[in-house]
Parts: sequence; structure tokens; C-alpha cells
Amino acid sequence: MIWLDTLAQGILLGGLYALFAAGLSLVFGIMRLVNLAHGDLIVLGAYVILVMVSVTGLNPFLAATLALPVMFGFGMLLQTHLFNRVLGEDILPPLLVTFGLSVVLQNVLLETFSADSQKLSMGPVEAVGVPLGPVTLGLVPLATLGCAVAVIAALNLLFYRTKLGRAFRATSDDATTVQLMGIYPARIFSVATGIALMVATLAALYLGARANFDPTIGPARLLYAFEAVIIGGLGSLWGTLAGGLVIGVAQATGAAIRPEWQILAGHAAFVAVLLFRPRGLFPRAND
Amino acid sequence: MDRKTQLTILTAAFAFVLLAAVPVIGSRALVQDLFGVLTLLVLALNWNMLAGFSGLVSVGQQAFVGIGAYVMFACVILLGLDPLAGVLVGGLAAMALAVPMAAFAFRLNGAYFAIGTWVAADIVRLVTSQWQALGGGTGTSLPKGTTREMIFVQPVKDLLGGSSAAAADAVTYWVALALAVAMLGISYGFLRSRRGLALQAVRDNVEAARSVGIDPLRLKATVFLLTAFGTGLAGGLIFIQITRVTPEAAFSVIDWTAFVIFVTVIGGIGTLPGPILGVAVFYALERLLADYGTAYLILLGLIGMGVMLFARRGLWGWIADRTGFDPLPLSHRPPAPPSFTDLSDPVTQRS
Amino acid sequence: MSAPLLSVRGLTAFYGDFQALFGVDLDLARGGCVAIIGANGAGKTTLMRTICGIARAGQGEILLDGAPIHGLPAPEVLRRGVAMVPEGRKLFPSLSVEENLQIGAHERRGNGAWTLETIYDLFPVLRERRRNPGTALSGGQQQMVAIGRALMSNPEVLLCDEISLGLAPVVIRDIYAAVPRIREAGTAILVVEQDIGQALKIADHVHCMMEGRVTLSGRPSELSREAIHDAYFGVTHDLA
Repeated sequence: MIWLDTLAQGILLGGLYALFAAGLSLVFGIMRLVNLAHGDLIVLGAYVILVMVSVTGLNPFLAATLALPVMFGFGMLLQTHLFNRVLGEDILPPLLVTFGLSVVLQNVLLETFSADSQKLSMGPVEAVGVPLGPVTLGLVPLATLGCAVAVIAALNLLFYRTKLGRAFRATSDDATTVQLMGIYPARIFSVATGIALMVATLAALYLGARANFDPTIGPARLLYAFEAVIIGGLGSLWGTLAGGLVIGVAQATGAAIRPEWQILAGHAAFVAVLLFRPRGLFPRAND
Repeated sequence: MDRKTQLTILTAAFAFVLLAAVPVIGSRALVQDLFGVLTLLVLALNWNMLAGFSGLVSVGQQAFVGIGAYVMFACVILLGLDPLAGVLVGGLAAMALAVPMAAFAFRLNGAYFAIGTWVAADIVRLVTSQWQALGGGTGTSLPKGTTREMIFVQPVKDLLGGSSAAAADAVTYWVALALAVAMLGISYGFLRSRRGLALQAVRDNVEAARSVGIDPLRLKATVFLLTAFGTGLAGGLIFIQITRVTPEAAFSVIDWTAFVIFVTVIGGIGTLPGPILGVAVFYALERLLADYGTAYLILLGLIGMGVMLFARRGLWGWIADRTGFDPLPLSHRPPAPPSFTDLSDPVTQRS
Repeated sequence: MSAPLLSVRGLTAFYGDFQALFGVDLDLARGGCVAIIGANGAGKTTLMRTICGIARAGQGEILLDGAPIHGLPAPEVLRRGVAMVPEGRKLFPSLSVEENLQIGAHERRGNGAWTLETIYDLFPVLRERRRNPGTALSGGQQQMVAIGRALMSNPEVLLCDEISLGLAPVVIRDIYAAVPRIREAGTAILVVEQDIGQALKIADHVHCMMEGRVTLSGRPSELSREAIHDAYFGVTHDLA
């Protein structure tokens, strides 16, 4: 029975990791940009929600709806004024600029909010458990997984059923020819990063609701997100969800054996997948 | 030999003599500061060789610093070796670690290689935290008096006078200086050799390099292993001076990779003098801003980003463009071909 | 004759230090069809890429309906009414045939003649294959998609770069059969073509290019086979 519980906890944790990973996957899929600041941007999102909560006194869920447009705008600005200037054949400039951004963000947050741990307090809903057969699951972790599934489904709809999604895919295929269709790739990229930061804000909401956070935890979230993306297979959003679940279950299993093995077990699962299925579980056909 | 080359050699020799004399003429605090600068230079020269010349953007160099430090501690505490011998073993251990790490990270293409090395470094950190003989997660210290009994310390103490601790600082300082000079010499020789030119050819165009019979993977793997050795040596050496090791400190991505990246980028990535200029800037800024803590790191990060945006070849590229002066001529990256695939949004169009 | 719809004056272009165009002039009337012929490397594709804004322009003038479009970014040139069928078709592999056509209408200009339905009427085979990935089609069908995609924005000028390249003669005939219908709908066409016979058949006016210059121009009826042959292969009478 304890194993069933571990599995369930792992799947719920995996939902959080899928949320971390979705934005990274989106941005990489469209513009081949590996954003090393993604984890720190999630943490930034958590602080933006925190500030909204303390300014308005709203519940974090409502405060997050205020944070979403702020983060969308910030993502547009970042892409327009920073990332678009370094995208190109050479992978070095975008990597170094996003790495620089990671360090700068982390330290600006440290200066502004100190190294103290924070939490987004959800109120009584945090204690609510939902009995599901033999196990009882927390409502907030369940909502996290639900949100992850909803986000992935919504991104899929966006990609395959809308005009903007069509432009995303075409720009990803060929950023030169797409200009002959009247599309500015730079603007498409900016919108994509804006959307990725909205997803990061949702991830931040559940990150802050489930556990403490401080300015230094960003890089570790980046690593989990990255592992989920690679395990799922580049360019596959549902694969990213599966990758998140794999990392979540591996970490929960590791932690059940020995608490300090949690992170290591996640890494081990990642290495194993990379060794046996180098292109991930659900590689995109035309890559 | 033309006048410029003569001048360069003369300047370098003068700088070397001056640096070598610091423990004799300078204060102990200066020796310790410059030790930090020299070890940073060694790390930067190694990282520049990876990212600047081989296109391997590693964000996991802290793995080699950490393993170099831990193995040095293990040699001293568990085997009773001299710390400097431990440094050597630490370097070899780092090189050995680079084999599985390369086998793993080289599976990831391009930009994903960067995060792959970061994950690998995190794995090494977590595994090292389980090493109970060296204090597990809380770390351990060198036994009292270890550095005083280090080889060369007694003769140096007799020579300079002063305390054993100061003599130990002088010894590690000279080793760091020797390491930096050796790294610089080896880098220069390697980059001008057939294999070094091949390496730059691979960076500039993998297909073309392959077509003239260079195995890019093998060459890159060799560089990865050798730079792991250099980085591991520096790691061991740095922690002789710190005398205490914890997993957090030894595998710090900020201390052993972020600073190194910023220093190299600011000085001029993909140029040999770049890291030297970079550490000089680093040292000057640190003097000015040491009291501001994180603000200093923010500033370095912003400068690094600015360099990537506006002057990709860094301070050295800026100087070389204006003066046409290049005392360490290497074949440079060819000018980019005219790009017709630019994102032709006028806002982002690069000139 | 009224003022031309598209007018190119003294256009130059460079690839780095290499000059690809040396002062090219040409005019395209509203609803007209002009063909540019010439051997590989004559500068035809550079000319097309410069007009549509993909390649950076050197000196000279490009006027659309009297307004300069020279140096504008490609998306803006499209918005003004110049659509391009690029060399090599360049369909988007992630998009189906229908989506490839739809994305052509991303910046649709008014309610012109061209819609999915009229494109499918023009090239009926595409209707059957609309759900297929664009790149799963035969070369000729892909070319039809590329032409349809460019038409979907309802352009005033359609630039066609080497649309017969690598296609079988019977397929080329099918594709060129669409040209009169495109002109009837009011769209002027500028084609780059290596197939001289095809170019003479469809165009009102032919320019022959060599080494970045227009070396011969005229109506198809005015040009003798020999003159074209000489211009195409660079036989100048000074040398002869």
C-alpha cells in the first residue's frame, strides 16, 4: 500500500515538473532557444504572485491571474530586447545571455527579498485531502496535476487549431520563408516567450503552494524541467508531460527509500532514459 | 621576430617576474588575493578552450573543481599524502570523471549539452554528499597543520621569514602561477598546432572539418578530458587554501562556472588573451565593489550579457579591432557570411 | 501605356564583397506578365529576393504603384501586395497542404479573388490531398501549393522564382496552364525561368540577364532565337 501511495505522490509531483517543463519545451520547439534562466523565471513568477498577494490581499489563485499578464509582458520584453538579438547559427550567445540572466535574476531576487524562504499560503484548502480508493491525495497536488494536463492540452490546441499556432509551427520550420507570408519571426518569438512565462507563472503558483521557495532554487527547477523535456522527446508536448511524470515518480521512489536520494533518483532516471532511448520516449517524427 | 613580438615577450617576462616576486615583496593579503585571481585564470583558460575554441559550452565545470577538491582531501585525510600530491591525484580523478561525463553529455546536441553537463555536475555533487568518510553533506576540514607540513613550505619559510601559514600561502601561490603560465603556454602551443587549427576548423564548420579527415568528436572529447584535468588541478589547489570543503562550496555553479564564464566573456571568448584581461577586470571591480556582495555578481552578469549583445569578442576583440595589435596571433573566426536568413524585423536586424 | 505597377530602376545587390546585380531596370504592368531568363548565376534569383525584401537591397529604386518598397522588410513588402513563390518551393513540413495555403492568408489583403475554394478550383488535385503534410506531395503538386500559398494573400504582383525547376515537362505545362487564370484575376506576374520556350509562351515581355545585368529585352515576338541564344550564353558581338 505504501508503494501505491509513493506512486501516487510521484505522479502528482510529476504534474508540477511537467508545468516547469512546458514553457521550456514550447520555447525550444519554436525557436531552438535553450533558456538557462527558465528556472529563475519560474521563481520570479512566484515572487510576483507573492507581491500581488501582499499588495491586494487576494488569495494566491486570484493574485496569479494578475501576475499572468505581468509575466506575459515581461516575456515579450525579454525576447524582443534580449533573446532575439542573440538568436542565430551560433549557440554560444543565447546560452551565455540566458545564463547571465539566470545569475542576475537570482541575485536581484536575493537583494530584494532576502534569502528567507517564502510560501504562498492557500488557506484551509491546503489541508483538504481527497480519498481516492486506497490512498488519500492532497487537493492542491491534485490541482497541480490537473493544471499541468490542462496547460498541455491548451498548448496543443493553440499549436494545432489556431492561426497563431500555425504561425508558430511555420516559423519553427523556416524562419526565412515565413516572412514571405507577412510574418515577423521576431514577433512570433516574443509572443511565444510571453506565453512560456505565463505557463511559468502557473508553475510558480503551484510551486509556492506546495512548498517553500527562495531565490536560489531556480537552477534546480531548470534541471528537472530539462530532464522532463528530454525524456519526453524534443518537440512533443504530451511527451513533456510524460517526462515530468517519470521524473516525479523516480524522485518519489528515491525519497521513499532514503530522503536524500530524491533528487539523485530523478537524475538516475534521466541518465537511464538517455542511455537507452537517446531521443526520448516520444520523439517527433520529422526532427 | 618583429618588434611587436619582441615587445610582447618582454612585457610577459616582466609581468611574470613581478608576479613571481609578490610573496617576497608583497603583503600576505595581496598574495591571497592574487592566488584567487590566478586560479580563476586557470579555470577561465580551461573553459575558454572548451566553449571558445571547441564549441563545447559546459555549465558543469564545477564537477571537476569539486572532485579535484574532494580527492585532494581524501588523499590527505585518508591516505596521508602531501596536499600537493593530492592536487595531482585530484586532477587525474577529474580527468577520469570526464570520461563517463563525456559519454553522457556528448549525446546531447548543441545547446542541450550545456544543461547536460549541469545535470552531470549535480549528480557528482549529490553522490559526493554521500561520501561519509569526508563528512557527507556537511563536509570536512583539512587536519590542523596540514599546510604547514606541506612540501616546500619549510624551505620557503627559511627563505622569506614570517609564519608557516604565510609560507604555505606563498607555495600555493607559486604553484598557481606555474599552473597559469603552463596553461597559457600549452593553450598557445596547442592552438597553433595542427590539431589546434583542426579544432578551430571544427568549431567553424563541422562538415568541412570532417571532409578533410578530422574526427570532430574525438578531438572535442580529447579537449574535454584535458580541460577536466586542468580544472581539477585548480580545484584541489583552491581548496588547499580554503582548508575546508563542503559539497555546496566545492560544486558551486556560481563560484566555479558563472564567474569563470563572465570573466572569459568580458575579456574576449575565443581569444587567448581574453581570460587574462577578464580576470584583470574582475580583480579591479572586486576591489571597488567587494563590499556590495551580490550587487557585484549582478554587475558582472550584466556586463557579460552586454558584451554578448554588443561586442561579442569582448574587451580583447575591441582592443584588437582598434589597434590591429595581436601579440598572440591565432587564426581567427572568419567573418560571417552575408546572412539572408536574418530575422528581418527592423528592430532586431543585426548590422 | 499607363504607369507600370512594379518598376525597378538601377537596382544593385551585393553578397558580401561580391556584386550580384549591376543596375537592373524593369517594368511590370498591372495584370501583365514579364519573364526573366538567363543561365545559373545571372542574378535572377537575387533580383527576386531583393524585390520581395528577403535579401538586403543595395542601391536603386523599387516602386510599387509609384510608392518605394525598396529596403522594406519582407513581411511589409507582402502587405503592400507583392507575394513570392520562392525557389525550391519551401513548403512548411509541419503544416498540412491546407494549412500551408491558409498561412499564405496570414496577412490577407482585402476580399480578393483568391480563397481556399478558388485555389482548389485552380489546382483540383490539392483538394484531394488537403490533409496530407505539404512535403508528402510530388514535386509538381508541391509547386502548386507554393503558388496557391502566395496567391492566398491576394497580391497585386506574384513573383515566381524557377517554378519549373526539376519538374517533368508535362507537369510544367499543367502549372503554367494556371498563369492565364491568375492574370485574369488581376494579378501581375514576374517569373524567373530557365526554360526559354515556356517563358516566351506566357510573357508579354522578356528580359534576358547575364552576370547581374539585363543584356536583352523585348516582346517575345520581337526577339529572334539567335539574339536570345547569344544573350543567354553570353556571346557578344564585340567578341565574335
